[in-house]
Amino acid sequence: METVWFCLVAIMIAFYVVFDGFDLGAGLAHLFVGRTEAERAAILQAIGPVWDGNEVWLLAGGGTLYFAFPALYSSSFSGFYLALMIVLWLLILRGISIEFRNHIDSEMWMPFWDVVFGASSGLLALLYGVALGNVVRGVPLGADGFFFLPLWTDFLPGQKAGVIDWYTVLTGLASLAALSMHGSLWVTMKTTGELRARSRQFAGRSWWAAAAMTAAITPVSFWIQPHLGERFAEAPWGAVFPALAVAGLAGAWIYGRRDRDGMAFLASCAYLLGMMTSVVFGVYPYVLPSNVDASRSLTVFNAAAPHYGLQVGLYWWFPGIVLVTGYFIFAYRHSHGRIEVN
Amino acid sequence: MDSALGIHRLHFAFTATFHYIFPQLTMGLALLIFVLKTQALRTGRAEYDQAAVFWTRIFSVNFALGVVTGIPMEFQFGTNWASFSRAAGGVIGQTLAMEGVFSFFLESTFLGLLVYGRQRLSPALHWFSSLMVFVGSWLSGFFIIATDAWMQHPVGFKLGPKGEILLDSFGTLLGNPWIYWQYAHNMTASVVTASFVMAALGAYYMLRRQHEAQGRLFVKTGVAAGMAATLLMIFPTGDRQGRMVTEYQPATLAAMEGQFDTMRGAPIALVGQPDMERLELDNPINVPRALSFLTHQRWTAEVKGLKDFPREQWPDNIPLLYYSYHIMVGLGTVMLAVMAASVLLWWRGMLFTHRTAMWALMLVFPFPYIATTFGWMTAELGRQPWLIYGLMRTAQGPSMSVSAGNGIFTLLGFMGLYALLALLFVFLVYREVERGPVEASAGVH
Repeated sequence: METVWFCLVAIMIAFYVVFDGFDLGAGLAHLFVGRTEAERAAILQAIGPVWDGNEVWLLAGGGTLYFAFPALYSSSFSGFYLALMIVLWLLILRGISIEFRNHIDSEMWMPFWDVVFGASSGLLALLYGVALGNVVRGVPLGADGFFFLPLWTDFLPGQKAGVIDWYTVLTGLASLAALSMHGSLWVTMKTTGELRARSRQFAGRSWWAAAAMTAAITPVSFWIQPHLGERFAEAPWGAVFPALAVAGLAGAWIYGRRDRDGMAFLASCAYLLGMMTSVVFGVYPYVLPSNVDASRSLTVFNAAAPHYGLQVGLYWWFPGIVLVTGYFIFAYRHSHGRIEVN
Repeated sequence: MDSALGIHRLHFAFTATFHYIFPQLTMGLALLIFVLKTQALRTGRAEYDQAAVFWTRIFSVNFALGVVTGIPMEFQFGTNWASFSRAAGGVIGQTLAMEGVFSFFLESTFLGLLVYGRQRLSPALHWFSSLMVFVGSWLSGFFIIATDAWMQHPVGFKLGPKGEILLDSFGTLLGNPWIYWQYAHNMTASVVTASFVMAALGAYYMLRRQHEAQGRLFVKTGVAAGMAATLLMIFPTGDRQGRMVTEYQPATLAAMEGQFDTMRGAPIALVGQPDMERLELDNPINVPRALSFLTHQRWTAEVKGLKDFPREQWPDNIPLLYYSYHIMVGLGTVMLAVMAASVLLWWRGMLFTHRTAMWALMLVFPFPYIATTFGWMTAELGRQPWLIYGLMRTAQGPSMSVSAGNGIFTLLGFMGLYALLALLFVFLVYREVERGPVEASAGVH
């Protein structure tokens, strides 16, 4: 039962990365790809009706994590206190920049919010990668199951590491590159003409960055967290997850070259899903490893809520997700098609 | 307030109070927009659709701020209240996760269609979107109230061997009697806020002799809905909420009312200042026996005073609790009077030309916001010193690993950012008001 919920929470967070990932990436890319106000407006229009729903995966995934794994939620949220507060401030700035930009048609107002939108999107993409790097590296969990990480210490991924060290910077940059590619593939798929061409070119460049960073962080991760190697050795079938990531990355390149924009974007989704599931599979049964004393690590079993609550949760979770799937199909069908620059 | 506990409390109180400025309007306004859309569909008259378009614009600014200030609320359970979350997450996480799954997706999907879809959707589907936004936002309110109700009156749990709080009955959790009156009270208050805002803006246009047809419609809708909602907010929902406090939190009731001594036929104090040194109410103006009647429905019933409760059960800030409650009730009474007078003038056919009434309706709109804020302060200060009533003390709840210094840093960060949001909010809403309803319908959305 704990493992079932572990998978469900992982799926919700992976959906968050895939869905909100493209609007984060589009936010980052739109500063480089959109040359005129009209072009930037078109990119915003491509995410306007759906970004809020995408971000809800974070809230719903967070809420589900809260009730299914209260010990993990409380420990990680208080331990990453400063980093999460910065994430909150960025989410606030990003949300209002999207919603407020089009209220006033002015040469000062719109470019200002465009920069806020691009910068906050980019920083969030970076920070999410840093967060994932922290989970892989482990944190100094105390005997009471809590910890507190400063933002940085000596930038070394040892026992005294802060949130930011050279390893988590690498994972952050990998996330930045991956979401740039993902977002610009979305923009490529949703636009026409010159804007599409420029976005396609940006996607191609960020593909190289994503491929290089993926190649760089993979061996380093196995070195930093030996559990990953043990896990893949003990359950070799888990290789399907990295294989999905590699296939997705290859697909994004191949379809991108052939101007199959929709397929290229889907391949990028597969790449992100593959990366996320690889990490999740690799750290299992840990959910937050300790980098000082392995016995203090939070696992799927010692962090979960009792059986009854998890059981009851299944009864409302599945009908709920069926409804959500319905809304998503409805919303995406109604915002279907490419957007012309006015 | 320089202890870590004090900072964590202030952190949550500040962000929650600021956040709730927006949902209290949007939940009520979602209902009013739905009513306008229904009228538009039923009568086919353009003025209703015009009004709905205009109010949807006001709604979307408020909604965006409600969303961005709402995310920190969910995060803070983990970041600032980790001990509480570890102990009770298995219970209250249920209702918070349900809010995400059942209401946020619904709201965000259909709000996108309501705001962006007017040209793309058929009138019936656009009307349906407004219904779904209404349902989604009211469901969201329900799950939050269910969470708070459990903290006010915990049910459906059992204690584990190490004292951990385990969910025992999901049915009992959602059937908590505290939820339903609190929900009804809170949601009628939300309709009150939206109605007063709508009436105030209508009155503003009437006084400026601008957009008069729409102004008249706003006043009508606001006064009709405001009269009904204000009555329901006071009776039965407010009354029942009070009786629930009497039954389950008797020390809180005594503190709210400033009742220090146990007595039969207890009076209700309309004004007065609690003196915590001498334990009495200074300068009281009393209505004899009213408190006994309101709480126990008998004029001579005994009401237990604070002095007969052990000190460790007393709420920790009695004067603030007392004033919060009295401000809520006092403003609620003023609001009822303004609405009643407006209905009377409307019935006599004088409302829209009566400039004093228009001025009153326009100026009174902050009152529901203030009353709602103090109402929530009454509920939350009244629960003290408990975080979960009778089960967990507030002092046991915060993140022990997060120091006061880090808490002050992020509290100041939120204050700065929210000051910016407040300025932007006022600026953007003012612009929408100046553009007015007629132009809005011809605009891009």
